Amino acid sequence: MGNGNDILEKLTQSDYKHGFVSNIEQELAPKGLNEDIIRFISQKKNEPDWMLEWRLKAFRYWQTMKEPKWAKVYYPSIDYQDIHYYAAPVKKPGPKSLDEVDPELIKTFEKLGIPLEEQKRLSGVAVDAVLDSVSVATTFKDKLAELGIIFCPISEALQEHPDLVRQYIGSVVPYTDNYFAALNSAVFSDGSFCYIPKGVRCPMELSTYFRINASSTGQFERTLIIADEGSYVSYLEGCTAPIRDENQLHAAVVELIAHKDAEIKYSTVQNWYPGDKEGKGGIYNFVTKRGICLGENSRISWTQVETGSAITWKYPSCILKGDNSVGEFYSVALTNNFQQADTGTKMIHIGKNTRSRIISKGISAGRSQNSYRGLVKINKKAQNARNFSQCDSLLIGDKCGAHTFPYIDIENNTAIVEHEATTSKISDDILFYFNQRGISKEDAIGIVVNGYAREILNQLPMEFAVEARKLLSVSLEGSVG
Amino acid sequence: MSLLKIENLKVKVENNLILNGINLEVNEGEIHAIMGPNGSGKSTLASVLAGKEGYEIVEGSVWYKGMNLLELPADIRAKEGIFLAFQYPVEIPGVTNANFMKTAVNEIRKYRNLETYDAMEFLNVMKEKAKLVEMDTSFLNRSVNEGFSGGEKKKNEIFQLAMLEPTLAILDETDSGLDIDALRIVANGVNSLRNEHNAFIIITHYQRLLNYIIPDFVHVLNKGKIIQSGDKELALHLEEYGYDWIKQNGIINN
Repeated sequence: MGNGNDILEKLTQSDYKHGFVSNIEQELAPKGLNEDIIRFISQKKNEPDWMLEWRLKAFRYWQTMKEPKWAKVYYPSIDYQDIHYYAAPVKKPGPKSLDEVDPELIKTFEKLGIPLEEQKRLSGVAVDAVLDSVSVATTFKDKLAELGIIFCPISEALQEHPDLVRQYIGSVVPYTDNYFAALNSAVFSDGSFCYIPKGVRCPMELSTYFRINASSTGQFERTLIIADEGSYVSYLEGCTAPIRDENQLHAAVVELIAHKDAEIKYSTVQNWYPGDKEGKGGIYNFVTKRGICLGENSRISWTQVETGSAITWKYPSCILKGDNSVGEFYSVALTNNFQQADTGTKMIHIGKNTRSRIISKGISAGRSQNSYRGLVKINKKAQNARNFSQCDSLLIGDKCGAHTFPYIDIENNTAIVEHEATTSKISDDILFYFNQRGISKEDAIGIVVNGYAREILNQLPMEFAVEARKLLSVSLEGSVG
Repeated sequence: MSLLKIENLKVKVENNLILNGINLEVNEGEIHAIMGPNGSGKSTLASVLAGKEGYEIVEGSVWYKGMNLLELPADIRAKEGIFLAFQYPVEIPGVTNANFMKTAVNEIRKYRNLETYDAMEFLNVMKEKAKLVEMDTSFLNRSVNEGFSGGEKKKNEIFQLAMLEPTLAILDETDSGLDIDALRIVANGVNSLRNEHNAFIIITHYQRLLNYIIPDFVHVLNKGKIIQSGDKELALHLEEYGYDWIKQNGIINN
């Protein structure tokens, strides 16, 4: 009957309610990419020589590479010489109070349940000294420092802990890994660095929120997290709040290193600008995320809620090198309008008794295309490896697509690998059932989607999970009903 | 007082005339049974009243509490007190019965400017209503209708009816596929919910449900038209003569 199409039309017409124009004045490097630009970036950041050399090697290697075309995403070719590779943010006075901020934006904040002070911070309103995020950050930093935890921008780590950076950077994602990782290695602007010493359990969720300068490092972010023996850390990336950014190409790299008995939990909520309802604009999010379980009994867990970006190309992966190590991947990827997502994971089993678990939930609406692509590889020496994968797709309307590309590569016959997949649709009959009980179509879709994604959202730290729930509903919200 | 008034309602589905001039008036406190053979338009009537999309209203009007019902979207009709117990209740994976009902009840309460229930109040109400249909409360934490037997699904419909306390409840073949015990439970549920301010339209093939729920009126629907109306005796005659007789001869004379 008709109402599936109606919803489709209305969803397709829904606007991204989070976008707003960045008013930050920037100090720009000239457009284009060459060795001089890389020297300029490195010099601006006052980097050690080895870092510059590494960047240059990456750049030279990148020049020999071709942009990958295997993902099920389509976009016009990128002119890499038409991009500014360095932009320093310059402080400019923001709005004086929330009254001066776009009311639409405030509405979105309220829908997401973001506290007032946080709203001010996000919309650039000057806040008084007590609530200034800089001072909050400093407080936390002191507390972390007592435990020996290092948590700072990677540019700062290069100054203060160069040996640690040098030891680990590129050790999980070498610059030769792929086209976008090579590009990132050559030009990365900034990102997070985190080191948890032996036996320390990080007492709080580490979030970029507490890191100074967090908002200005979007385009080529580089994150490096090291959990030393027996340590634990939970790291949160992104937030449900609107992300302002005018750069179309994002190519981040994240490397995680878990030593013996260590555990890293990495949670992402990605809500970059997805483009308008006609499919114009939006971020190309080409990210390389990989962790290595280096020591025995180590554990890496990726949880992601992906709702933004015009194109998402990302496969947070685990190399399970240590015996008895565990890798997990929990994902919700939601696409609407003309968004395209090609996302999944790679679980590389090398050590004995290694285990991995993949739970992927794709949600497609509008005219979007949503693909799961995952590799489970069991190496020859990985005795008794175990994998369980579950890939579910949910379709809303009849103009979107869901695709699953599982790759399984087993070289050891003691392995047990399971793969389950389902595809379902929010049918007209389900929507009518909700309607008949007094629940609008819009709310119905929100409830069904949240129920569907519950298993993943439960993996997130609680406060984050509440926001992510709302985000899923808001992302599907049009003028339905 | 008149609750629902259907006047000369003609409805097409994919260009076929399914309802061909229905006239029916339902007052508060009444129970109407609508009987008829397969394909006579019973379920279409229920769907049209509940506001399902995909039906073309060719002619006629429906007044409900003085409002032009056909202009209201389905969720507003529900909020105004119309409830449809579905013939085939859908399964909603991942959404628990408790969450589903809490949302429904609170949405309706908001619409009526009543305070919404908090979690504890709500749980108590649910437990009480679950007793009415003799369901173990563990079903509240299961997904809506997922893995439910046919009988459980129908009982769940009556449970929801009890939760939402509608003014006009339409039961679309709620009795089909029920064993005797479930039938009794469903009927007891309905009987305990009826009062002088609400009304029921009970759509059924068979007379047997009407042994448990005594209707004030029985209407016979054939080819999209009510061809005969009477009291509960009519249902018995209908059982005796069969629908084939009706199809050929039209009206049963006592």
